Amino acid sequence: EFRRFSLERSKPGKFEEFYGLLQHVHKIPNVDVLVGYTDIHGDLLPINNDDNYHKAVSTANPLLRIFIQRKEDADYSAFGTDTMTRKKNVLSNVLRPDNHKKKPHIVISMPQDFRPVSSIIDVDILPETHRRVRLYKYGTDKPLGFYIRDGSSVRVTPHGLEKVPGIFISRLVPGGLAQSTGLLAVNDEVLEVNGIEVSGKSLDQVTDMMIANSRNLIITVRPANQRNNVVRNSRTSGSSGQSTESSLPSSTPNILANLLHGEEESDEEDIIIEDSGEPQQIPKAAPTTESLESLAQIELLHESTQNGFLPSSEMNFNHSVGSISMEFEVQDPEHKPLEEDGTIITL
Amino acid sequence: MRRFLRPGHDPVRERLKRDLFQFNKTVEHGFPHQPSALGYSPFLRLMAIGTRSGAIKLYGAPGVEFMGLHEENNTVMQIHFIPDQCQLVTLLDDNSLHLWSLKQHSGASELREEHHFTLKGPPGSPPSATQITVVLPHSSREVLYLGTESGNIFVVELPSFKVLEDRTITSEAVLQRVPEDSCTRRSCELVEALREHPKNPDQILIGYSRGLIVLWDLQNNKATHHFLGSQQLENLYWQRDGSKFISCHYDGSYTQWPVSSDNRQPEPLENLVPYGPFPCKAISKIYWQTTKNGLPYIIFQGGMPRASYGDRHSISVVHGSQQTAFDFTSRVIDFFIIFSSEPTAEFDDPSAMVVLAEEELVVIDLKTAGWPAVHPPYLASLHCSAITCSHHVSNIPLKLWERIISAGSKQNVHYSTMPWPIDGGTNIAPDPPQRDLLLTGHEDGTVRFWDASGVCLHLLYKLSTVRVFLTDADPNDNMNTLGEDEWPPLRKVGTFDPYSDDPRLGIQKIYLCKYSGYLAVAGTAGQVLVMELNDEDAEHVVDHAEADLLQDQEGYRWKGHEKLRTRDGAVRFEAGFQPFVLVQCQPPAVVTSLALHSEWKLVAFGTSHGFGLFDHQQKRLVFVKCTLHPSDQLALEGPLSRVKSLKKSLRQSFRRIRRSRVSSRKRRGGSGNASEVQEANAKFDQDALQEMELAPVQRKIEARSAEDSFTGFVRTLYFADTFLRDSSRHCPSLWAGTNGGTVYAFCLRVPPAERRMDEPVRAEQAKEIQLMHRAPVVGILVLDGRSTPLPEPLEVAHDLSKSPDMQGSHQLLVVSEEQFKVFTLPKVSSKLKLKLTALEGCRVRKVTVANFGSCKTDDYSENDLAVLTNLGDIQIISLPFLKLQIRYPCIRKEDVSGIASCVFTKYGQGFYLISPSEFERFSLSTKWLVEPRCIVDTPEVTSNNHVHNKPGVENAAR
Repeated sequence: EFRRFSLERSKPGKFEEFYGLLQHVHKIPNVDVLVGYTDIHGDLLPINNDDNYHKAVSTANPLLRIFIQRKEDADYSAFGTDTMTRKKNVLSNVLRPDNHKKKPHIVISMPQDFRPVSSIIDVDILPETHRRVRLYKYGTDKPLGFYIRDGSSVRVTPHGLEKVPGIFISRLVPGGLAQSTGLLAVNDEVLEVNGIEVSGKSLDQVTDMMIANSRNLIITVRPANQRNNVVRNSRTSGSSGQSTESSLPSSTPNILANLLHGEEESDEEDIIIEDSGEPQQIPKAAPTTESLESLAQIELLHESTQNGFLPSSEMNFNHSVGSISMEFEVQDPEHKPLEEDGTIITL
Repeated sequence: MRRFLRPGHDPVRERLKRDLFQFNKTVEHGFPHQPSALGYSPFLRLMAIGTRSGAIKLYGAPGVEFMGLHEENNTVMQIHFIPDQCQLVTLLDDNSLHLWSLKQHSGASELREEHHFTLKGPPGSPPSATQITVVLPHSSREVLYLGTESGNIFVVELPSFKVLEDRTITSEAVLQRVPEDSCTRRSCELVEALREHPKNPDQILIGYSRGLIVLWDLQNNKATHHFLGSQQLENLYWQRDGSKFISCHYDGSYTQWPVSSDNRQPEPLENLVPYGPFPCKAISKIYWQTTKNGLPYIIFQGGMPRASYGDRHSISVVHGSQQTAFDFTSRVIDFFIIFSSEPTAEFDDPSAMVVLAEEELVVIDLKTAGWPAVHPPYLASLHCSAITCSHHVSNIPLKLWERIISAGSKQNVHYSTMPWPIDGGTNIAPDPPQRDLLLTGHEDGTVRFWDASGVCLHLLYKLSTVRVFLTDADPNDNMNTLGEDEWPPLRKVGTFDPYSDDPRLGIQKIYLCKYSGYLAVAGTAGQVLVMELNDEDAEHVVDHAEADLLQDQEGYRWKGHEKLRTRDGAVRFEAGFQPFVLVQCQPPAVVTSLALHSEWKLVAFGTSHGFGLFDHQQKRLVFVKCTLHPSDQLALEGPLSRVKSLKKSLRQSFRRIRRSRVSSRKRRGGSGNASEVQEANAKFDQDALQEMELAPVQRKIEARSAEDSFTGFVRTLYFADTFLRDSSRHCPSLWAGTNGGTVYAFCLRVPPAERRMDEPVRAEQAKEIQLMHRAPVVGILVLDGRSTPLPEPLEVAHDLSKSPDMQGSHQLLVVSEEQFKVFTLPKVSSKLKLKLTALEGCRVRKVTVANFGSCKTDDYSENDLAVLTNLGDIQIISLPFLKLQIRYPCIRKEDVSGIASCVFTKYGQGFYLISPSEFERFSLSTKWLVEPRCIVDTPEVTSNNHVHNKPGVENAAR
């Protein structure tokens, strides 16, 4: 069934309100639904937070077409790049639900229930021969799973070609995080760890740096195989389909800097148990409103960009049995949205 | 905007930093590692020691010391002072000669290398032609005589090292002037000894290896006398008046020869094998010292019966009917006798014998009956039992200082009262600003108290914990008690004893409260002793308690060592620190952390299983906390791997000892052998290198998980009076940090002093912090309202510190190996952090709060963190803002034991072991700097007018 209603473009409001509105319009107050829209490229994209909601409203031309599906029989694979060009399939899936019955019904969660485990970042500021890979370790049982070694690489210097010592990936553990991302390979040269150059550092130093950053490891490598490099400023997707990052918002140039200052604060909150009570996350002392806000934005931005590109092999459930979710201590009621969306920390 | 400024861009702060921080390695304490040569100047009254690594160290009066390092890392084979000069010549094992001199520079003397020289033979000659075996600095101070393997004696001019070829004494020339019937060509091979005639500088005595001895006249270039020994010659020595000399031989004999004008080929006066009749080892050096009473002293090295005592390192002193063979704990490198050097004196009248053994310096008083040893004021053998831990206490109150000295003096009654005989030079360094103690714990269960205030690290007192326990070794077993008629008359001297009877006795942690005199000491088998200083001997029972750190952990099996058995009943303790409480951890794993609060009378201790708190006033265990992670199988099953590694390390250390013996023996065999050894070593190194290249080194990158082993290992314990529960009331608290990044905080209730014995101390867990990065917690500290670290217990009571600010909010600083974090108290919220490892790839090994004073103004000082990293760097990090101030490279990162041994002082100095027997002292502060500053006067002298000034006597007597 179709409904048509109007929204004030300049003041779209929050996603919560919008979601409530949808439920109200369709008279399905207690049904969980999946909301999607088609963007200008014809991709079916999800609306599940303020950010992509705002993005969606801004792309309305002037009509914004929104798809709503019941959560339980939603087809998640419908989302993503080029989905609307494969519309036929989507439609056929939607229209002929019996297609589903051919294969066992797999229940998988909503995109926001997933957490990214890796990504390529800063594509637009790095030389094309380099790749900056972010691995998210927290919460997963999967080992990071790689080894590094000493080696040497040839550099162009003012004195001509010179052999300089370098650090290289020597082995990937089968089934480990590093291998499953497909973004790192044996003999890739490690250039930076979380924004800090490794040149001049010993193997042990680099090992310690990587382990110290293991919860949010960003390594810049010069891939041994240079054929899969991202071709910049091109709309065409690379053969490996890794180019979605090129549609990142223009704020990317300083994103690593932001990550270092912003993300880091939230990446590893220590835990305190007071008087043998419940374990709690240790809050930051007296944070300034400003910094929190900017932090929130970065996180959301990131979240949304991650969601744009998530091959299922790189996703992980957050609701793994046995993990304990922590409460994020509320300090200021004004920042409620942040807490809602805030990272859920697992022990 | 402020936070975008990079630290170090504030010019005011930069200037202040220059006034506060400065890195210097100031002095090396202890005994030189692998000494290889000894020299002495009776004129300067300075002693020189050379080492296998090419260092030379000069020592005089306490505080007078110099150090020099040859550019080449070659072994120093010989050291010779130039008579009546501030100069010395060293011979290295690469056959090079080096001339060093002491020169005054800006008010203090400095040791500098002036020239070096390698003797070159004519082209095509074999290397042995110029291989130097003996060096004789002539009393004219103009030339050196160099005896060689070829038998030729070369003459070089000083200080230019110009070879005076026309004065070379060739073996051919000698042979021509000696009747042919007695000699063959071969008898002039290898010069073994060169001695100048004591009265006539124109005559030198030449001893050849095969036994021929020639008295050579330098003026007329002819042999005045020749002496035919039947045995291979080792060394020669003139009697003072030049009428006789003595030779010592390979077969353990010595021979006296007369020198008279009427007999050109004299027969020996006396030939003696002192430890015969069975085959004896060589006598390698001999002294003949005359005395007023007529009976000479014959002092010789070696000569022991080969079969039964061939392994002893001995020096025998024979004086009339008295004879003692001093039996040293390690190989004797060399020795010298201090005797009257006035040329006008008629007799030698020896006063002391100075022996450099491989592991220690021993000085024997020859004037006092019984020939007791003299207690050296420096060159202490720190490693007489291996050092297992160290602890530094700054600014000791005078009262405690005196009591420790008095306890120590009672232990030193068997030492000679003779003032230190090597007393050259003047110490002009300012008096040390304060009294500092360095405590070292040893493998044999002893704790040594060192005076670390100044340049001379001096043993004050030695404490043994062995008496409390029953061990296999009988403490009454005295090595010195030998029967009267025992032959040879061996007497053990020296303190070096690296063999521990029971490794469980090893000391692992020490904590001394300088105000109360309470001392806590903890060891390898989970033993914790609390001691009190008592000025009298006493016999009492040590209260004994057991702390079961496992509590209700199931299925545990300890496979490590057993706990130590204790002595029943009262034990007699000598004056000094006497234990009154013993707590034994169960399982008896090594104690990994220790804290003592002398005001609350509490001692806290931790092992790999947990930690406990003991009330040493009421002698009651307050609580124990098990920190084991249920999945930590390794710790649960006992330290099998650690036992293995201990065994392995023991085996390795034995092997090392053996290897060093082998190599040193080889070294003695002459330089030809030495080069072989070097070659072999080089080959070995190459092989090792190749092996390394074949196996690629790789490192696993893996996040730390809670399941890692030894997460429960308690790394640090800390007492603090702070706001743990609420911001209105502060209370005593105990903090513990583990290897797994957990911090436990216990709230303590200590009854007031008047009811201290009536009410129990109570403890309750108040907080537990889990650092998400899970790195080992190496330091915990509470900062008061002014961000100053809380004072030590009793510090405020003794008016030595301002009382802490209890109004403002306190902060907790947790230092892990990877990060520094400041949290607020009582509600724990994170405030600041410095992620050291993530930024620099280094890890914290040691951390202390140090007070830095400005060298410009007296009224400014600040507290900072002094941090040693696993890369051997020292970093200074500001408090409370955790900003890196400065970084200095200090220890090589491969020197793991050096890094592990480092201790910081409260005022920005530190010590670390550069060898098993030497501490390097360093300073980070511009204000507190302890370094040698001394002067050696160079009076103008002529050979018949010796000006003797002994300014150091006063110091030595101190």
